[in-house]
Amino acid sequence: MRIGVVTFPGSLDDHDAHRAVRVAGGEPVSLWHGDDSLRDVDAVVLPGGFSYGDYLRAGAIARFAPVMTALIPAAQGGLPVLGICNGFQILCESHLLPGAMIQNDHRTFICREQRLRVENVATAWTSDFEKGAEITIVLKNQDGQYVADRRTLDELEGEGRVAFRYVVDTPEAASAVKYDRFASRNPNGSYRDIAGLTNERGNVVGLMPHPEHAIEEGYGPSLDGLKFFTAVLKSVVNR
Amino acid sequence: MGTVVVDVMLKSEILDPQGQAVAGALPRLGFDQFTDVRQGKRFELTVAGEVTDEVLAAARSAAETMLSNPVIEDVVGVRAELNEAESQAAEPLA
Repeated sequence: MRIGVVTFPGSLDDHDAHRAVRVAGGEPVSLWHGDDSLRDVDAVVLPGGFSYGDYLRAGAIARFAPVMTALIPAAQGGLPVLGICNGFQILCESHLLPGAMIQNDHRTFICREQRLRVENVATAWTSDFEKGAEITIVLKNQDGQYVADRRTLDELEGEGRVAFRYVVDTPEAASAVKYDRFASRNPNGSYRDIAGLTNERGNVVGLMPHPEHAIEEGYGPSLDGLKFFTAVLKSVVNR
Repeated sequence: MGTVVVDVMLKSEILDPQGQAVAGALPRLGFDQFTDVRQGKRFELTVAGEVTDEVLAAARSAAETMLSNPVIEDVVGVRAELNEAESQAAEPLA
């Protein structure tokens, strides 16, 4: 099972994504932004980082890289694609997922262990979760505020395409948690607490937090991230 | 040599954290008459020849496909800018 990981200039988490694929039992394959070949991979990860320095808009220049001219039609044809953080921004800029990402509403970079609720388990990347499961993985971003117009948001919710939501405590529960200013609100101002989305077909998933940093004992807050990668390996087998 | 100036602004319904940061800092310098600030982007696209209608059309197309994201931004202006010689002829320096 060959899972491609794209490296753009400014990608940071491509090596962790490689490692996650390997730990899950797949074979990671390096894909280069300047190549227009996907090297016959069975799925692709667009990793986190700051491609092209996030100049213009996060993901805006990466979206026009040669590798994307091959990836966009392949994704539209059903190839499983996971966009993490900057990868999610690239998927939005490519219009493979609707909406856009802007700067966190509190204007500061954020890096924290983040609770998420898995809301759609029918995608290529989420089928190893139970519906409604709470998972904890790392969130780290500057431009993580998901925005879209109301009609798009209603459509996404109506079609069950919100794959992950930030878990937000009630004010009472949050007041018990000291030193966490994001206990009772989502961590970047994302509309309707959206942390991740899927396309209609369920092969393209994008999310702001980082599953590839939560795959091994001793590193990261949990092993929840590994299930993204084990899920896609199964979905490729069953395809 | 001609230049096309493209101005892009975040849509009014989208929160502008950068503009808010600026708006928050202005009163500290005594500028307390400004009730809101929104920050946009200005692009200057230079061509070797004159800015023809075709050049403007290409700039408009670039503005819509790459320089802006229609989900969050509006292209509020695409216009030819006078080059330096022309602008000096129009407004000679004292």
